[in-house]
Amino acid sequence: MRTYALLILLLGSISSMSQNCDNTFSGTVIDLHDGSLLAGATLIISGSEKAVLTDLDGRFAFANLCNGTYSIEVSHLDCITKAYAVKVSGNTTKTFKLEHHLEELNQVIIEGKAYGDKSKTILENTISKEELERFSSGTLGDALNSLSGVSSLNTGNTVVKPMINGLHSSRVVIVNNGVRMEDQEWGSEHAPNVDINSVGNLTLIKGAGALQYSGDAVGGVIVTESSKVPIKDSLYGKSLLTGASNGRGFSLASQLTKSYQSGWYATLQGTLKRFGDFEAPDYVLSNTGTFERNVSLNIGLNNFNYGIEAYYSLFKNEIGILRASHLGGAQDQIRAINSDEPLIINDFTYKINAPKQDVTHQLARMKGFKRFDGFGKLSLQYDFQRNNRLEFDIRRGTDKDNASLDLKLSTHSLMLDLDSRLTDAVSLKAGLMAKYQNNFANPNTGVRRLIPDYDKYNLGIYAIADYKLSDHLLLEAGGRFDYTHMDVLKFYRTSFWESRNYDELFPEIVVEEFNNQILTNPQLNFHNASATLGATHSFGKKYKLFFNYSIASRAPNPSELFSEGLHHSASRIELGDLRFNSEIGHKMALTFQRDDDVFDFSINPYINTIRDFIVIEPTGVQQTVRGNFQVWEYRQTNAQLLGVDFDASYAFVENFRFNHQFSLVKGYDRSRDLPLISMPPVNTKNEIAYLNPEFNNLRLALQSEYLFRQNEYPDNNFEVFVPETETMETVDVSTPTDAYHLFNFNSSIDFNINKKSTLTAGFGITNLLNTSYRNYLNRLRYYADDLGRNFLFNLKINY
Amino acid sequence: MRNLKFLATAIFATVLFTSCSNDDDNTPAPVNEEEVITTLTVTLTPEGGGTAVTLQTRDLDGDGPNAPVITVSGDLTNGVTYNGSIVLLNETVDPAENITTEVEEEANDHQFFYTIAGGLDASTTYSNLDGNGNPLGTEFTLTTGAASTGTLTFTLRHEPTKPNTGLGDAGGETDIAATFDVTAQ
Repeated sequence: MRTYALLILLLGSISSMSQNCDNTFSGTVIDLHDGSLLAGATLIISGSEKAVLTDLDGRFAFANLCNGTYSIEVSHLDCITKAYAVKVSGNTTKTFKLEHHLEELNQVIIEGKAYGDKSKTILENTISKEELERFSSGTLGDALNSLSGVSSLNTGNTVVKPMINGLHSSRVVIVNNGVRMEDQEWGSEHAPNVDINSVGNLTLIKGAGALQYSGDAVGGVIVTESSKVPIKDSLYGKSLLTGASNGRGFSLASQLTKSYQSGWYATLQGTLKRFGDFEAPDYVLSNTGTFERNVSLNIGLNNFNYGIEAYYSLFKNEIGILRASHLGGAQDQIRAINSDEPLIINDFTYKINAPKQDVTHQLARMKGFKRFDGFGKLSLQYDFQRNNRLEFDIRRGTDKDNASLDLKLSTHSLMLDLDSRLTDAVSLKAGLMAKYQNNFANPNTGVRRLIPDYDKYNLGIYAIADYKLSDHLLLEAGGRFDYTHMDVLKFYRTSFWESRNYDELFPEIVVEEFNNQILTNPQLNFHNASATLGATHSFGKKYKLFFNYSIASRAPNPSELFSEGLHHSASRIELGDLRFNSEIGHKMALTFQRDDDVFDFSINPYINTIRDFIVIEPTGVQQTVRGNFQVWEYRQTNAQLLGVDFDASYAFVENFRFNHQFSLVKGYDRSRDLPLISMPPVNTKNEIAYLNPEFNNLRLALQSEYLFRQNEYPDNNFEVFVPETETMETVDVSTPTDAYHLFNFNSSIDFNINKKSTLTAGFGITNLLNTSYRNYLNRLRYYADDLGRNFLFNLKINY
Repeated sequence: MRNLKFLATAIFATVLFTSCSNDDDNTPAPVNEEEVITTLTVTLTPEGGGTAVTLQTRDLDGDGPNAPVITVSGDLTNGVTYNGSIVLLNETVDPAENITTEVEEEANDHQFFYTIAGGLDASTTYSNLDGNGNPLGTEFTLTTGAASTGTLTFTLRHEPTKPNTGLGDAGGETDIAATFDVTAQ
């Protein structure tokens, strides 16, 4: 280091000796944040009269300078004046980067551009910060549900799993702050472990087009990002308190950010949510409370040229599962389904008993980037996630307080990404990913492992390029390849092993034979190639047409491969298949958009054809000492989903706006020519909103939500013998729920407390008419009604 | 050049990363289901003495694909009162675990129900009670009437509503439902 300094000094002194005073010093001035050219910036050589202004292209030039070191002051409207020492030796060029003031301290930049497009040929749906705050006491799934084409697969009202164009679980990838969530997303009753209050920007991509994140998002990608921090000395934050009548609970979320001129920043954020038993219009939904605690810390340095960031978050959620949904077998199922009310209704309580879930998700991320002139932005990221899921069932004896499922999923990932502008028209994103995952199933549960112990290794490589053919036409193409290796230690029941003929098919993987179980060591390899091809064409200022074709390829998840046994919360026996290969989806999507302040709309038809689609469906009834259970087996088939999403918004009178949404999706098993199970019914949302910016931003909105009945479904009903009545009775697990219509009301108003602080007060009512309804996509629909009327009060202070 | 260097570093890191996987020398231990009931044995001993009749259902693979094996040792005699006792075992563990004791310890949370159907002429009464004086039913008496054939079903409910008037309003979860074809002659 010292020799380096010496060298500079030496060189400096040499050049200053040869006096040559006809040098030109020229260059450009750009914005530190986005690299845009700054016109009209003033450059002054200190101690001299020499001053120049940058032209429209941000260029400047000083003529007739001698060799030597000059102090140059650069200033621009809205920017902080900065001084630089510049050594001129011969004709010299330099680029100055200025920090543009970010004025929006309280409001967060929600225009897509602040976060960058994730895919250029699929219309991205984003949820604004304001909108997100309305869901502060809910879940990520609830917020996503407000978008067209998104529905949710629920277990009660607290386990909300997003479903994109009819697909869910492993087919929907969630990228939380740049980290792909590995939170046992395979289970249909496993909600995403993301704190909605930590999200600054939420983007939905209905397709696999965002290859930088994954190639296996057959359904789509959900990207959450934290709010951007301005580069200036500041301290700001917000607190949000929501109280709700249904569940008699509250949610408190706070966030505090300190930022410095130097680019350093730190954000601390936390959420506390506590709800007791929720209520349907006619009864208490016993044991449906939740207790959620989250905290996250983000520290980083952000300059235009380089940056580093360290992030840690802890998410902990305890969720009660409706007591009446825990059943012994088919006979209990008949009783529960035939009863109009849940079989167990207790008084309201905050206590959460079994059956319940207790999930802890920890995420740590370190990221650094550097921009290289003429090459692009290179980022390196390492992240670690640990997901610990405990599930408690109703148990007997000493096991009463013992979890029946205790899985620890640990994931390390390393990613290297390059974001480059090759020319003015062509940009390229490319990267490498390496991942190691370990699952440990705690044997002390006294219940056979639902998911086996395994090690999983992933290597991925991708490249996406876009080419701006003209001002109106942009083309995008990309490819990704993933290699997955799984090293599994799985215990099979000897009887199952033999009934599946695995003893003849895979004798080589047997490690050891026990009394009635066999330990095996399956080693699985998957090679997945995915690709995207698309175009965006704009017509005039308002119209845009997006076309995208993407191929997604997904390796089967551990649940699909290895399930083997009773799934208590579903009251069914679930069987996976070791022989599965990857499913491959081909999705074609077209979007026609009109973007306008007064009247805008988008219409988005799509068709998704999935080869070797892994579906679980009933195959029979199995007798056990406990009675009969329905057996659900995973199998692979060819599926096709088609649908259309429609959005429109029209400001018909000043301050009034009408918003409309309509989604339709149809899913078919093409091999068997049957409808697919659990497809979202047609739904439409209509809203009239009044917004008056002149009167404290007063906002009043009345929303109607209509869900049609799903008329296309496979018949999975089965019959069991009931000894008491000596009859065969049908267990109706297939018939969809009736259509329903809900009304919601929502309002908010802003007050300025002082120069820096605003208070927003809100009041809302969901299910205004206290309608009793059941949702086809709620796994507990057999047992209880959905939520009744709920009054929500919220207060938000920005400071 | 520079990007090459970065690429090399990344690949190196990747290799380093994947190569530090631990070898699985320590194979996991099998988990034996602790709560599963594989075997229900009902012993019916005639009050005046004589050969006992046993009814058994046994499902050694628990929730596995094999169906329970049901055995009835012989026919009942009509017009006789039998003392019945029920034993529950978990035979997936060695030695077999007696679940009856667990059920009796949590007597308030359990109850057996006996369903006579299919034309069998018989009646049952509870012989043992829980701490609150409500029926438990691991012990009972069975009295046969006229010669007949039919079914005898034993249902164990976990956390039923107590007291109740029978399976219809007992609620709770079914832990066992075993049906036997019996003949009284």
